[in-house]
Amino acid sequence: MIGIVGTVPDLQLPLIHGKARLVDHHFEIKGRSIAINRGTPALIGAALKASEYVRCPETYAFLVGDTGKGDGSRKLYDFLTQHLHEFEFKVLTFHYLQPDVDWHNKVLFAVESMQTRPILIADAGFMYAAKMSGQSESYDFFTPDAGELAFLADELAPHPFYTRGFILHPRDNIPDLIRQAYQHQNAARHLLVKGESDYIVHKSQVVQKVDQPCFDAMEAIGGTGDTLTGMLSVLCGADFKLTNAAILASLANRWSGHYANPSPATQVIELIEKIPQALVGMSKVRNRKGTN
Amino acid sequence: MFEFFKKKKPTPNKKQRGLSADLGILVFENTSDVIQAENALKRAGWSVRVMGPPPSIQTGCDLVIEFPLIEELNILRELDNANVSPLKVVPVTAPLLEPVSLFQTKDFGDYLMVRAANMKITIGKKDTKIVNISGGGCPDVPYLAREMIGKTLAEAPRPRDLGHTLCGYALELAYEELLRK
Repeated sequence: MIGIVGTVPDLQLPLIHGKARLVDHHFEIKGRSIAINRGTPALIGAALKASEYVRCPETYAFLVGDTGKGDGSRKLYDFLTQHLHEFEFKVLTFHYLQPDVDWHNKVLFAVESMQTRPILIADAGFMYAAKMSGQSESYDFFTPDAGELAFLADELAPHPFYTRGFILHPRDNIPDLIRQAYQHQNAARHLLVKGESDYIVHKSQVVQKVDQPCFDAMEAIGGTGDTLTGMLSVLCGADFKLTNAAILASLANRWSGHYANPSPATQVIELIEKIPQALVGMSKVRNRKGTN
Repeated sequence: MFEFFKKKKPTPNKKQRGLSADLGILVFENTSDVIQAENALKRAGWSVRVMGPPPSIQTGCDLVIEFPLIEELNILRELDNANVSPLKVVPVTAPLLEPVSLFQTKDFGDYLMVRAANMKITIGKKDTKIVNISGGGCPDVPYLAREMIGKTLAEAPRPRDLGHTLCGYALELAYEELLRK
């Protein structure tokens, strides 16, 4: 199984965990139907959609309602520290969670207690906490956008909100920021840097730059980073070599944009619906498949 | 938002503020309380600004309020009236982190996008309707997007009223920048 940990902006949602199943524009988990929109539901929606076309283990999600106060995230952190050792995952992806260094460290400790260590992916708030904890190198993937990469590169910034001004124009100096992030041990073993061009990085070396097809409007669409991380999780779970999984996820995300013909007003669900088309269209590159 | 306001209350001038020993920070339990306190203090005309906490008290998603220490009792009374009390008051002994103050604007023709730190907000130019919110990683981002998308800038709730985290605060900055456009 692949595991996905995150939040849903609905305070009525208690902590739930179970296998997720796609049903139209929703996914079902533990008898509840959750709309696929930006945030962790978009990640799960993309993962489930991609799973229809890539042979991948089932998707198991840990979710809780949280609208930013962090109460739900803390409940989830607490649950994970107590129960994570009871689960076995090939990939474990952490997503929209309230950044909290102390809880991050407890959860990472719980991961180390699992019988088999999963491939660890951190995105969004959990990636912020991972960087701030100084334990970035424990992760297999971080998936920052350009602004978040600047935050990783700034050894003093505790959150992207405080990234120092001289670092804040990242578009032209992505390779420098990658180098700085690794120099200060603030990067995971792999990075998938999302942006106008996507950079796939392994141990500070840029393995591939993916920049086609390219649509300016994608930058404005909320959730395109979530779908990319969802597909990355599935492809890692489907035994692709990690760098190849990142390249394919990047390409599939871009091609889903191509088929959706996006404008800045396009909603992410429109892209998720195109994922199967994108993956089928990319079947030619499937021969990249290798082993870790 | 981070400019000092000099309205009703007397505050030290810039020269007087030059020494960090003149300044203190109000530390709150969470970012929501910081935003609520900032709203209350600014409404009352106090000269305060939101900053990043010193490393010794950072937890991951923090803001503190910097204020002139000499006004501590008055400010605490004001906060008490607003039912939002700080966990502690600490003198500033080292430089505080400056929040992001740079904005990037992208013109898509019919749409305009503004980015502040890691948050982006996009509106239709003709009707100022918010069509997308992207970026960020804290759990209030999907919530804010749900509440704001599809509404005009005038109709939408402000991120500072609904947001609870630094991402929500960054979105407020982007929103304010759009209002200035």
